[in-house]
Amino acid sequence: MKRKNYFLLAITVLVYFFIFAPLILIALTSFTTESYISFPPVGFSLKWYQNVFQNKTFMEAFQLSFLISTASTVIALLVGIPGAYALSRYNFKGKKFIKDLFFSPNMVPQVVCGFALFTFIIVRLRLNVRVALLVGLSISVVTYAFRIVGASIESLDYSIEEAGMSLGASRVTVFFKIVLPNISSGIVSAFLLAFINAFNNVPLTIFLSGPGVTTLPVAMMSYIEYNYDPTVSALSVLLMLMSFAVMLITEKLVKAGK
Amino acid sequence: MSFIELKNIDVAYDGKKKILNNLCLDIEKGKFISLLGPSGCGKTTTLRVVAGFIEPNNGSFLLDGKDYTNVPIHKRNFGIVFQSYALFPHLTVAENVAFGLKMRKLAKDEIDRKVSEILKTVDLGELGGRYPRELSGGQRQRVALARALVVEPELLLLDEPLSNLDAKLRLKMRVEIRELQQKLGITTIFVTHDQEECFSISDKVAVMNGGIIEQYDTPEKIYMRPSTEFVARFVGFENFFPLEKREDGYYCGGVKFAIEHLPESCGDQPKGTIRPDDIVILDRPDADHNVIEGTVTVRTYLGKSYQYKVATPYGDLIANGPNTKTYAAGDRICLHLPAQKLVVV
Repeated sequence: MKRKNYFLLAITVLVYFFIFAPLILIALTSFTTESYISFPPVGFSLKWYQNVFQNKTFMEAFQLSFLISTASTVIALLVGIPGAYALSRYNFKGKKFIKDLFFSPNMVPQVVCGFALFTFIIVRLRLNVRVALLVGLSISVVTYAFRIVGASIESLDYSIEEAGMSLGASRVTVFFKIVLPNISSGIVSAFLLAFINAFNNVPLTIFLSGPGVTTLPVAMMSYIEYNYDPTVSALSVLLMLMSFAVMLITEKLVKAGK
Repeated sequence: MSFIELKNIDVAYDGKKKILNNLCLDIEKGKFISLLGPSGCGKTTTLRVVAGFIEPNNGSFLLDGKDYTNVPIHKRNFGIVFQSYALFPHLTVAENVAFGLKMRKLAKDEIDRKVSEILKTVDLGELGGRYPRELSGGQRQRVALARALVVEPELLLLDEPLSNLDAKLRLKMRVEIRELQQKLGITTIFVTHDQEECFSISDKVAVMNGGIIEQYDTPEKIYMRPSTEFVARFVGFENFFPLEKREDGYYCGGVKFAIEHLPESCGDQPKGTIRPDDIVILDRPDADHNVIEGTVTVRTYLGKSYQYKVATPYGDLIANGPNTKTYAAGDRICLHLPAQKLVVV
């Protein structure tokens, strides 16, 4: 028994080490006074953080990323929630095909998806890069909305909807007054996951970024191609903090909803 | 004209498998009737047709003379208690009960008054602020009942409401349900697979099998005089032997059998049936009628009696005999089937 526990402990420590060590490393390098990424860091300064906020490309990219991610997440939920509901509650022809379709964005490599959107939306339709980004990211995250909300709906006893109807509520009323409040935690989790995935997306957005219009992860990539200073480390730390904050807020919301 | 009439209801899934086959059922106002049968017999489907969850392929459903077949669920004003209770998890007990009243757009103080009244009726006066997950099974059951009754429905539908409770609570709740039903005088349809449960509280029972109603009668009649072999087996008749119908009565092995309650009708191949407990075992043939001779093949001990499997010219029969006199395998015995206990199906 005891030996087994040590073994488990060792594995756990290793796993956590592999997950967190690089992150901690990056966090430490962001405070260095040297003008290149080095370990161990030398001295202590916040100038790289200051640099992040003074970098116009980063600030604009962040703004774009934030707006586009939020908008595409909302679109994904608006499509995913009714879609998941219909698929779990109704039987119709082509149900399986539609279900597969909702899952497919994660089967096709995103680079392919990005290239397809690039040739179609930007080259053929000559639409704005922002539109292309919105469409692309919505498609790539709809599967999260669909899957997580779908699981919530599946676990909801269908009788409670029937009970609602028998008490005089129409289908629409039942959906808003009974189904939605009971899947709210699923919706919040789906929002979180979809948002973070949209925000962090590189393979798709790299195709759809144009001059002056670029998302934050792509901007970071092109920055480190030419600069090897710890600004990116500082930015990474800020993004980690943001993800962490979003997660905390979600957890609070999910708990409050229960 | 009955309060509720189901006329020639057909339900088939995917147009193929028939779940209900030309089903007819009349219910008098204020009565408590049960749909009884094994799983898959169509009892729940019948209830769901009445509730409006399933649209029948054929036939009609009338309530008080009005055609309800195509009335949407939310306009039917029926109270339904589900097997899982189906309480709204995000609402408190009081909010659950108030839901139907809110949908009817009643004034707030009237809702509050009705909710507290019905919660008192079902003995939950103190628990209005709790959430369903904080209640025991019996309490949830009562909330479900209160929620269904508070809207003063024209019809109460109970879908196996007791099957999730433990045995003791089940006995208590069924009496409570019956009490409440009689007090409110509400017409009720109760779906169950538990024979004892439905016999104990129903005015009438419809025994269902394979999408049709085999017999629709009072519990006493169904128990004492089943009209089909299926019903007979369902209520504990184990012995079936062929009878021959002649003009002056029923014959077995060329001898006329005395039968007190003759059936109104029977098929081409009538069968006599009797419970093992009702057979009287004799050593030698009596002058009396209704005797079948046979040889004991197996004896089993049941505690209060012995059970014998007896090989007869008409097939194996099962008879229970007293502890005072026992027979062994190989013994020749005579089975006397009392005229008042013998049933023809």
